[in-house]
Amino acid sequence: MRSRVRPNDFSSAGAFELHRPLIKSLERRGLLRAGLSLGALTLLTGCDVKRPEAVEAALLAISRMNDGVQALLFDPNHLAPTYPEAMILRPPKFNAYYDVMDVKPVDGSTWRLELAGLIAEKRPWTLPDLQAMPQRSMVIRHVCVEGWDYIGGWTGVPLRSFLERVGADLSAKYVAFKTADDYPSSIDMATALHPQTLLALQYGGDTLADPFGYPVRLRMATKLGYKNPKWVTAIEVTNTYPGGYWEKLGFPWFGGI
Amino acid sequence: MKSPASPKSEHAAVNRVAHGRRLHPWPVRIMHWINAATMLVMITSGWGIYDDDVVIRGLHFGQAWRLGDWAAWSLNWHFAGMWFLTLNGIAYLTYGFLTGRFRERLLPIRLTDILHTIAETLRLQIAHEDLTVYNAVQKSLYILVIVAGASQVVTGLAIWKPVQFSGLVSLLGGFQAARLIHFAGMTVIVGFLIVHVALAVLVPQTLWAMLSGGPRLPRASVRRMGSEP
Repeated sequence: MRSRVRPNDFSSAGAFELHRPLIKSLERRGLLRAGLSLGALTLLTGCDVKRPEAVEAALLAISRMNDGVQALLFDPNHLAPTYPEAMILRPPKFNAYYDVMDVKPVDGSTWRLELAGLIAEKRPWTLPDLQAMPQRSMVIRHVCVEGWDYIGGWTGVPLRSFLERVGADLSAKYVAFKTADDYPSSIDMATALHPQTLLALQYGGDTLADPFGYPVRLRMATKLGYKNPKWVTAIEVTNTYPGGYWEKLGFPWFGGI
Repeated sequence: MKSPASPKSEHAAVNRVAHGRRLHPWPVRIMHWINAATMLVMITSGWGIYDDDVVIRGLHFGQAWRLGDWAAWSLNWHFAGMWFLTLNGIAYLTYGFLTGRFRERLLPIRLTDILHTIAETLRLQIAHEDLTVYNAVQKSLYILVIVAGASQVVTGLAIWKPVQFSGLVSLLGGFQAARLIHFAGMTVIVGFLIVHVALAVLVPQTLWAMLSGGPRLPRASVRRMGSEP
């Protein structure tokens, strides 16, 4: 039986032949558009056909387990190797999720460090407040998750002494950071209390340059580069997992080295 | 149920052959295929990680060769696969040493045998009638790839935790040296893999043997080979 929605008489084969090139080109365009939409969907969901949800979930579960293993491997008393000042790379390597040309400098005179969460004294800090604290210097290796590395020299306030000074709950699980470049980040308390974890104010003896986090950035000798937020504007001590910019996109949270 | 009486000598002969161990006992086959899958995961996800900061300038691996659509997922594959590689590898080494399989199958290697096998191979005379005996080149390659696999775990640990295992990193000659050795280890394993797979395709009985267990080893030969130093 003939379908009701189908026209009674078809166009002749000759008409089809006449328009074949046009039809072909339309088909190609359709295919191209479908391809683009699939690409756009991939971008929107952050998902990929090659990365089914179940596989993704399994990989993330193992990554979380690895975070636990990394915490166990972390020795709070083990110091990262340090190097002579002559080895400091000047200027340091720039890295962010955007180009160095897109850095928006922060005004140090109006800059404030906000405090939140399990902290007794939440009064915001100014740059001179931090500069008045006892400083510590370290020349350490920066290791990027991509594989490159360089030797950098950092001076600043040990995060431990800062957290003690503001009356933070040192038994809390996480220390979270907010930044001027919208790069949220967080670390475990054990690493926050490590002697080679600084709120860095200087690089190689000079005030931090704009692209490297002026006025204040976090610098840890025991974590990969992406765990070190620049242009820090707020610190929160919390027991709720805060995540971070790259972590949300799939990178491991602990990121210890 | 009792079987009909048979001459004692024949019964003994059947016993001798049929009750001998298989060329590849089931633990070996399971560990081999877990390792095969894991190695593919580690190699291709490693290429995905490698591509963000190449070890050899100009050498890139195209997306089609990488596991993980970008670095984060290549890393997650790599850091998941490492457990399978390490645990399976430890199980394999333990089994190989405890059962005497390594000594039985991979030793002894004589230099004259290696030269002899190479000469034969160059004349395209690849002897493969007897799957149960590895030639000297095979033995050397198996040992090489086992050492390379173990080395990957050690150098991988150094790259993963260069601060916690800073002593190991210094021993390897520094962080970038550890990366280079890790890359070299991959090259050795991929090179082995190409030859290994090519030969398995040329001599399909070997592939079948790794699936089904292969021929049973005569007991006498097992005992004789097992007693060698």
